[in-house]
Amino acid sequence: MSKTHVTTTINGDAVEYLCEPDQSMLEVLRDNLELTGTKEGCATGDCGACSVSLDGRLVCSCLVLGVEAEGKQIETIEGIANGSELHPIQQKFLENAALQCGICTPGFIVATKALLAKNPDPTEEEARYFLAGNLCRCTGYDKIIRAVLDAAAEMRGAAS
Amino acid sequence: MGSVQYHAPQSLEEAVPLLKEAQKTPSRILAGGTDLLIQMRAGVKTPDMLIDIKKIPEVTGIEIGPEEIRLGAATPSAVMDESVELHRQLPGVVEGMELIGSTQVQGRATPGGNLCNASPAGDGAPAMIAAGGQCVVFGSNGVRTIPVEEVCIAPGRTSLADDEFIQEFRFPTPKPGQADAYLRFIPRNEMDIAVVGVAANITVDASGTCTAAKVTLGAVGPTVVIADKVAELLVGTKLDDATLAKAGEMASGLGTPISDKRGTVEFRHRIAGVLTRRVIQIAATRAGERL
Repeated sequence: MSKTHVTTTINGDAVEYLCEPDQSMLEVLRDNLELTGTKEGCATGDCGACSVSLDGRLVCSCLVLGVEAEGKQIETIEGIANGSELHPIQQKFLENAALQCGICTPGFIVATKALLAKNPDPTEEEARYFLAGNLCRCTGYDKIIRAVLDAAAEMRGAAS
Repeated sequence: MGSVQYHAPQSLEEAVPLLKEAQKTPSRILAGGTDLLIQMRAGVKTPDMLIDIKKIPEVTGIEIGPEEIRLGAATPSAVMDESVELHRQLPGVVEGMELIGSTQVQGRATPGGNLCNASPAGDGAPAMIAAGGQCVVFGSNGVRTIPVEEVCIAPGRTSLADDEFIQEFRFPTPKPGQADAYLRFIPRNEMDIAVVGVAANITVDASGTCTAAKVTLGAVGPTVVIADKVAELLVGTKLDDATLAKAGEMASGLGTPISDKRGTVEFRHRIAGVLTRRVIQIAATRAGERL
């Protein structure tokens, strides 16, 4: 089977790769590009662990083909921190102990960034609905939601 | 998934030779991929060729005109949800799509894909049918227009030929006093598949009398049920409680629902009546606000 050549942008860097036409973006990120921060949970679009931003739109990378990334802008968990300085969302997840096993965490952080870009001051209900496609089997969600609302407050403070 | 070729035509013209090839080679049209990629991974669908239609300009975007609303078939649901004007004109059509899946799925899922997946429980179709939607179907031999209700013919099956896809939907722009709504029941708050879904498109005059109506029910049969009898009952009334109760009762008797883990036959019949009553009321209230 012939591989397809794809030119795209990942976390601001121009990236080229060869992939099989039926490889998911998630498989390309993890297996071809060794960007293993993005996790595979269900691979059926239900759990949100593989969340990435595609041209500014939050998507499950398991429901996107690697070939579809041609000419697009992708942001993954690896692009969230500024060098060794954690993003406020990451910092608040740590401070609130909003993770246990950690498999869902990259997806939650990428999704939270998308939420706060769209709605910097979400209510608890809005945050819960927006993040309904990110499943966590450890925390029971309360700590996650607290971290999200804390991060929102901090980011609003920093912006004002 | 096995070997598959991927093509992303940049124009309708470029799609033609691919559609001709699709008559010989097992192929699928790729829109948002939220159903298709899962079905491929599960081995349920095994195409040799994928035709990604998202790069064709005519297939995405929303245009709202005085007479007609055009909705590209591969417009992501999230884009529909962000269109203030589409919400104002066809809130029920938007409600149907925005109930599908998570934020992540909303970023990819499309009305054309939802319709062509042809799930009996698809949330997109009932309101599109109630709104009088037409599909512009593009094929290797040209274009034809069919009503939305003629697309799904059985669970998982459409009337489209191998060399055709839905290019766009067209809806008559609602008149003053006309509005729509969609309601569904699911066992949880979010992220589930409709047990029953009901759409209503209602027109009222200044006195509050219903002058036109269309009511459609999803997930109570293999394809969407168009409740003409319920609509007939509503026209000429002021949609008073007694009329709504009767409409609900009538809707409860419609369709041939199944029992599954989400609900029994009896429950589906009963909930169809409740949702019908409520959705007519919501559509009528919106219609009154548009006079």
